[in-house]
Amino acid sequence: MRQIIFLFIGILFGIVMFKSEAASWFRIYEMFQFNSFHMYGIIGSALAIGVVMTQLIKRYKIKSAFGETIVIPDKAKSFYRYSLGGTIFGLGWGLSGACPGPIFTLLGAGFLPIIVVLVFAVIGTWVYGMLMNKLPH
Amino acid sequence: MEWIFKPWPWYVGGPMIALILFLLLFFGKSFGMSSNLRTLCTLCGAGRNSDFFKFDWKTQQWNLFVAVGAIIGGWIAMHFLSTETAVLLNEDTVAQLHQLNIKSAGKAYLPEELFGLDSLLKPKIVASLALGGFLVGFGARYAGGCTSGHAISGLSNLQLVSLYAVIGFFIGGLVMNHFLLPIIL
Repeated sequence: MRQIIFLFIGILFGIVMFKSEAASWFRIYEMFQFNSFHMYGIIGSALAIGVVMTQLIKRYKIKSAFGETIVIPDKAKSFYRYSLGGTIFGLGWGLSGACPGPIFTLLGAGFLPIIVVLVFAVIGTWVYGMLMNKLPH
Repeated sequence: MEWIFKPWPWYVGGPMIALILFLLLFFGKSFGMSSNLRTLCTLCGAGRNSDFFKFDWKTQQWNLFVAVGAIIGGWIAMHFLSTETAVLLNEDTVAQLHQLNIKSAGKAYLPEELFGLDSLLKPKIVASLALGGFLVGFGARYAGGCTSGHAISGLSNLQLVSLYAVIGFFIGGLVMNHFLLPIIL
């Protein structure tokens, strides 16, 4: 039953991605052209609130809805995997105009060619899994 | 309530994303959509090819529910919460896109030329979408996260490595946008 909570959080997320136009290829294009504040405003304000919230949760050891202390693990330290992987991701983001969240949202909104993006995003993840031991991390 | 049916400004969208981050943390999870791509690989049997996919997918079931929710949310927003879906772009952007033969700029939510149903019959467009998707999937897993995992969750937790990833997102995006897209489109 707990899983239903996550379905509702996802529904809210999908609505926000669509209505804020963060799922629009055009907005991503415009962002990389520095022609609009819109996407910077979205990410910037989410981040500003997110930083304060995350620090408060950690400092005051806030408990989750299930009574456990919320633990936010640090990410493994490295340079190559984040910079190289990030750049590859950025190339794909700039081309398809969709990051993983909006891919799901656009599928629901009925833009069927996004299925091609989704299928190949899964294939890309699969290929990474096969090559990961040969890549610099 | 009229505003709900119009496109939401950044100062509504951004705080709502922060709310989603809070809800996921409050329910003991984390915000990261690209992890679902890995789970989908596992469900498709990728564990045969790489140990990376050998994990109990049920531990990620909650995130699949978030993804299914995102699909339903997109459907709800498109069909019940929007009177007008055209994205109002900067005039310079519209002019630029017209030069790249994206004539639907300023009149649609997504470019008709890429995401219209007949795009599926155009090999060049399908190949571009496939390449874009491949790079998103490969890059997100290599970097250990996407926009939600690094730009929102990671930076909110002041992780320096997430900054490396986000700088990478922008380097890749700018290269694609300014140098490669004009050739591809």
